[in-house]
Formats: sequence, structure tokens, C-alpha cells
Amino acid sequence: MKKLLVFTKKEFYHIFRDKKTLLILFGMPIFQILIFGFAITNEINNANISIYDKSKDYQSQKLINKILSTNYFTLHSYLNSDSEIEDAFETGKVKQVIIIEPDFAEKLNKEGEANIHLVSDATDPNTGTTLINYTSSIIRIFANELNKGVIPDFVIENEIEMRYNKSLKGVYLFVPGLITVILMLVSAMMTSISLTREKEYGSMEILLASPMKPAIVIISKVIPYLLIAYTDALLILLMGKFIFGVPIVGSLPLLLAECALFVMLALSLGIFISTKAKTQQVALMVSLVGLMLPTILLSGFIFPVENMPIPLQVVASINPSRWFIIIVKDIMLKGAGLDILWQETLILLGFTLGFILLSIKNFKVRLS
Amino acid sequence: MSSILIKDIEKSYGDCHALKPVNLEVNEGEIFGLIGPDGAGKTTLIRILTSLMLPDAGEAYVSGHHVVKDYKKVRNIIGYMPGKFALYTDLSIEENLNLFAGIFETTIEKNYHLIAPIYSQIEPFKKRLAGQLSGGMKQKLALSCALIHKPEVLFLDEPTTGVDPVSRKEFWDMLKDLKKHGITIFVSTPYMDEANRCDRIALIQDGKILGVATPKEIENKFERDLYSIKASNMHLLITHLRNYENTHSAYPFGESCHFSPKEKLDEKHLTNYLRERCKKEFHIEKIQPGIEDSFIELMVKENEE
Amino acid sequence: MKNNYVIEAENLTKKFGDFTAVDSISFNVNVGEIFGFLGANGAGKTTAMKMLTGLLSPTSGKATVAGFDVFTQSESIKKRIGYMSQKFSLYEDLTLYENIRFFAGIYGLNNKQIKEKANELIGRFGLEDLRNTLVGELPLGWKQKIAFSIAVIHSPDIVFLDEPTGGVDPITRRQFWEMIYETAHSGVTVFVTTHYMDEAEYCDRISMMVDGRIEALDSPAGLKKRYETDNMDEVFLKIARAK
Repeated sequence: MKKLLVFTKKEFYHIFRDKKTLLILFGMPIFQILIFGFAITNEINNANISIYDKSKDYQSQKLINKILSTNYFTLHSYLNSDSEIEDAFETGKVKQVIIIEPDFAEKLNKEGEANIHLVSDATDPNTGTTLINYTSSIIRIFANELNKGVIPDFVIENEIEMRYNKSLKGVYLFVPGLITVILMLVSAMMTSISLTREKEYGSMEILLASPMKPAIVIISKVIPYLLIAYTDALLILLMGKFIFGVPIVGSLPLLLAECALFVMLALSLGIFISTKAKTQQVALMVSLVGLMLPTILLSGFIFPVENMPIPLQVVASINPSRWFIIIVKDIMLKGAGLDILWQETLILLGFTLGFILLSIKNFKVRLS
Repeated sequence: MSSILIKDIEKSYGDCHALKPVNLEVNEGEIFGLIGPDGAGKTTLIRILTSLMLPDAGEAYVSGHHVVKDYKKVRNIIGYMPGKFALYTDLSIEENLNLFAGIFETTIEKNYHLIAPIYSQIEPFKKRLAGQLSGGMKQKLALSCALIHKPEVLFLDEPTTGVDPVSRKEFWDMLKDLKKHGITIFVSTPYMDEANRCDRIALIQDGKILGVATPKEIENKFERDLYSIKASNMHLLITHLRNYENTHSAYPFGESCHFSPKEKLDEKHLTNYLRERCKKEFHIEKIQPGIEDSFIELMVKENEE
Repeated sequence: MKNNYVIEAENLTKKFGDFTAVDSISFNVNVGEIFGFLGANGAGKTTAMKMLTGLLSPTSGKATVAGFDVFTQSESIKKRIGYMSQKFSLYEDLTLYENIRFFAGIYGLNNKQIKEKANELIGRFGLEDLRNTLVGELPLGWKQKIAFSIAVIHSPDIVFLDEPTGGVDPITRRQFWEMIYETAHSGVTVFVTTHYMDEAEYCDRISMMVDGRIEALDSPAGLKKRYETDNMDEVFLKIARAK
């Protein structure tokens, strides 16, 4: 026991004396959540639009005022001919053109029906779709207001509701993803590098030639990174909650327990990598390509797994991060409990045990 | 019981036959030197003895423990200083030493008397990080860490390589000091002059032991007569000697040339031969062979076989 | 080169922050000389050599190597020198021929010259069979000798050798020094550092650095006379201990 203490103390010295890595370990989560929260967003504000009003009557003017009164849009220009539409998009200055057909007011009065043509720049499909949605909503509200006083026979209302994330706030999506990425990074990558460093510098040789039990070496390296990873996770949760208002609808203890489980998984993965890697460089490369990239691209963090081709979905399913993100999202945003998440939790447990067993099997008590 | 017993140990890396069957016995409390150049197999042998590598064949015992079957026991009673400085550069001298004391479940105070002559030299700097130490200080730290638990056998793999002659001399003085504690010291080195400071030595070349004996006995393995010839131009002297009919070998040795004749030397004949060719003074003197002379001789014999 | 000096150093100094690694050293090296550059580890030898080979800029002082100024003409210096160290000599995963071709190319030889010199080198050592063998598979002794030949393949004015015989067997060590003699004889100056005191004897002159300064500079015979001893080991000890 005393040996474990002595070694853990040494590991803490290594970490805290390496100022640069320390900056990454604690600074990065803070930096990233600020970036994702403030800078990267799915919301659209002040998009430039052009309006081609072929009617120029009091109804079309009312509609236009309603559209421009929101801060989603900024009027770039009024168009006066069809040819100007192409120009408006080509210069890239305008993201949407709203075309109101001639005799707008007259058609509404006489036929109860009029057309509005929305043209969106879909080079970024997300932006294009979102703008259309915004405009459609505004037009629908306008249409409803026109109907006031008239009692229709049937009311079919299209309700578009963004469940669990009414304002479609991007940061709600990113907090779970960020926690996953950071935990994977700190636990797996740093641990694997730390163990491989001993091999590379030759200190492992001296340790092996002593009565040191390998288990103690490993555990002593795991403890500091476990604590740091957990601290990072808490940091992200707190910042998410208090700066961006990301809710934790479900049980906090459950969330923390699942985080602990994932940390254990990532740690055992890191240890496994170190049993195979001979140099720090190899450990780093394997961690980056084998863990970080799949975590960012194939876990559902940014791109939904359900939309991927089947082969990739299969690959994603052996990526532990994919299951952990589901767990975190569900607990935080939907308030799900273990009754719903038991399958995913079991999968994580399976992975963890698997990696631990593999590590034990592969650990060499001698130099090759 | 011998402190170290090596029977027919063999080791290969792929095609490279690093250790051809090696047989050695080391007595308790002696300083045993493994002398040979790089690539001879010194590090491989030490790694096998410290249980860090498995031999392909043969058996070895350290303090009676089998190095493969009882490797855990071996690891409890040995001290090891590998060829490259491998302690923690971002921990201080004191922290490194405490770490190793902790590994062996002892304290610095308990065995301080053992390492005192060595550690006291670096103790004033005990808060300094190991990475900021000079080469000589690193050596002393590594040695202290290897001794902190009073091992029965100390393994040192080329502890003085790349170190200047003064530090080398000091290091060997420290080793001599350790003898009185009864610790067996197994040390490898490429420096022939350090062989003289061992109780017994084994000469190793290309994985084969060329000879095991006391330094004196090794010197006596040199069968021919040996002469030291000094001249102001060494290069020319050697060229001339190589062309001389009775030359078995002529090698530069610092300021003189070591010359051994094929048959008994007629000094007058040689003197005349040289006088015709060397314009300047030269001096011929019969000498006793040293370790390096014997090593070269044994190497040549080995290569001829 | 004026005065027939291949190296001229005057108050050459290098400081790293507060620490003075090389403290105002002054010395000259003659053409065709075998010059031994000795000193303990940490005495400043490596730093001094780096300045002379154009790898480090001096903090102050003057020096010329092969007639070029180390401050302003370091690139020209690199063309006129050869370099070999114990730590790195050849690429282990290239063949013998590929190594020769690579380094000869770096030193500015054209294709015809490279072919000529390569064949000459391989022939001289009798290594035709090993022409296409990876250098990593050659014994250490051969590597050092080949590396030295490559370092002088372009007939430089001076070749710098940084502990070239460390760890090598006694026979190879002597063969190596015979190669050094021949090289010096052909007019190439040899600047060598070593920890083998018997090798110090093979030099024409030796300088001994202690704590960044040159404490002694003379022929081996001269040093032994001054320090009243008959071997270089004692000389070294006396100079180092005096500090």
C-alpha cells in the first residue's frame, strides 16, 4: 500500500511539473466549451436576405415588415427583376430571396390563397433549411393572423416543435459530445503516453528489475489521470449549466456514475495501447487516429450515426464513445434513468472488462 | 555457493547470435569485470542475469535463485544500473532516492551508511532535478539508487562509458569501497584499463568468452615476448616494423609501440634495421604485457580459428 | 588561408543565459595537424565544436575555420569540413552504397565523382560483397571506419571527430587511428575529441578544457614534461584536480 502511495505521488509530480501538458489538461476543456458555446452555433442571426416584391401592396408590405422585425434576418436589398435573383446569390451576399407574387393582396381577398416563393442558398444545407424554416414559421403566423375572426371547419395546424431543445440551441448537443471527447483524450491518450514514456526512457527497465509489482505501476499512473479526467468532466458540466444554461434533467448521481464508468473504460484502453506501443509517438498516433477521430466523427457527436451507411454504423457500434454519448444526452436532456439505459451501460461495462483483461494478458514482465 | 552461476547461456536475436554458450562463475564479494567492446554481448548477458530477458538456452543463478523460475526473488536482492541514465529527470535527487527506497520497502536513513561515501557528494544538491545534473553526478545518483536497499549483487552495465578519466577513476574508487560490505559487483566495461581494478575478469568478444581469470593471469596469457619501442614518428615506425620479417604484431599504444616478435628477438638486428630507416632516435625496451595486449592477442587467435 | 591556420579562435565565447559554456577560448590549429580536443563532460567541448562547425552562433569573440568566419560565413564552412560522431554515423536502414551516395551528394560531389569515390572506398575495405547490405547489419567496428571515410570523401580541409572510437574493440580502434594518420598525412587536418588517454598521445597537439576555459595547450610530450609525469592519464588528473 505504501508503495502505491509513493508511486502515485511520483506520478503527480510528473504531471504537475510539466507545465505545458498541464495547460492542455485543464485549459483545453474550458477553451473548447467556450468555443463551442459561443462561436459555433446552429442558430442563425442576421442572415442577409433580398426581397423581390412583385405586388408592392399593403399586404405584401405587412408581411415584409413582419419578416424583417425579427433579428433572424437583415435586409440586404430589394430586387426588381428576375435576373437580379441569380446575381444576389452569386455574389454570396445573400442567403435567401423571398419572392412575393403579383397581386398578393388581391389574391388573398378573392381566392383565399396566395403564393410565396422562398429560395434559399443551400451550399450549406443546414443553414438553407433553417432559414426556410424560420421564414415558413413567420409566414404561417402571418397567415393565422389573417384568419382571425374566421372560424374554419377544420384546423390542421402544422406544429413544428423542437423537443428537448426548444430553441435548437447548439450547445446542448455539444456538452455531451465534449465530455466524451475530453474524457477519452485525458484518460486514454495521456495514460498510454505516460506508460510508454517509462519504456522509452529506460526507467521501466529499472522498475522491472526490482520487486515492483507491475499492477502498482499501472494503478499509480491511472489514479492521477482518473482524478484529472473527472475534474474536467465536472468542469464541463458546471460551465455548461451556469454559463449556457444546459440543463441536467435526469439524475446527477447516475450521470456521475456513468462518467466514472467511461473513465475506467478509457483508462483501460489507454493501458492496453501502452502494452503494445514501444514509443510515445506510436502511443500518441494510435490514440489520435484510433480513438479521437472515431470519437469525434463516428460517435454521433457531430454527425448522426443513423444517417450513416450501414458499414459505418457497424464500425460506430464498436466505438464505446457512441454508446456513452447516448447515455449522457439521454440523462441530461431527457431525464432517462437506468431502466432505459441499462443496455448501453452494460455495453460499456463489457468493453471495460474486456480491455482490462487484454491489458493484463499483454503486460510484459520482461523486456522483449 | 557462488554469487552468480552461469551455465551454457545462449541468446540470439533473429540471425544475430548475441551470446554463444557462456559459462561463468562469480564468487561472493568480488568485483567481477566483463570486458569487451560494444556488440560483444555484455548488455544481453546482464539483462539475462537481472531477469529482464529470457535466455534461449542454458541456466543462470543469482545468489542461488534461478533467473527465470525464481525471477521475483532475484529482483528482490539485486541492484541494477543500466547503460543509459534511466532515472526520472523531472524528479529531484532526493525524490528519486526516496522512490527507490520505497520500492524496496526501506528508507534512506536505514542504509545511509552504505551509500554515504557516494551520496554525500551529491547530497548538497538534493533538491536539484535529476535532469539538470552533470554526467558524473547522474552516475553517483544512479549508483546510490541501486544500492539503497543493500543488494546482495550489484549489476552495472557500462557505468563509465562516455565519462572522462577523472570521473571514471573516482567511480572505481567508490566501487572498491563497497567491497567491504560484502556486495558482489558484476560490472561491464569497454575500457581495458579498468580491468585492472577488478578481482577477476572475463574477456568477451562477439558473444564468446575469450578468457576468465584474474587480471594478472590474463596478462600472462600473452605467450610471446613483448617490447615497447618509442620513436618520434609513431606512424612511420609501425610501417617499418610491419615490414620487418620477425614481426608477429606491432600496435600503437599511446606514446610507444608494442611489438612482439615471431621468434626470440635479436635486439641488435632490430636496432640496425630501424636505424637504417628511422632518422631520429628510438628506444627499445622489454615490457610485461597488459590486459589490452592479451585481449588483442586473444581476439586475433579467435578470428584465426 | 592566412598563416596556414585551418582554425583560428580568439576569445571565443558562448553563453546560455547566465551560464557560460565556453569562456573566451583562443587557439590555432595548423594545416595537416592532428589536434586533440580534450576535457571532462560538461567542460564545454561539444559547445565549442558546435561553434566551429557552424551549428551554433558564438556569443562573442572571433573564429575562422578553413578561412571562413564562423559568424557570417557558417554555410561556407560546412562545405569545407567533414564531421563524424559516435552517436550518429550512418543510416542503419540504408545499404552501404546508398549511405555513401547520400552523404557524398550532400557534400556536393556530382554523380560521376560519387560513383568513383564509392567504388574506391568499397574496394579499399574489400567490402564488395556487402555493397547492398543494410548498414544496421554491419559490425560496429566497420561502421565507424566507413563513417570516417565518408566524412572525408569530399577531401575537406578539416574533419571533426566527436569521440569516434567510443566502445569499439582495441584492434578496430587502432585501425581507425591508422586511418586518421593517413588522412592527416594527405593534408586534411583532424580535430578529434576522445576519452581514451592513449589516443591523446597520437595527437600532434592537445588542448584541455576545464569549466569552459582552455587550461593547457601543448604537444603530449610538452604536457608530460610540464606536469612532471610520464603518462597522459596523470596529466589529465593533475589539470582537472587543480580546479
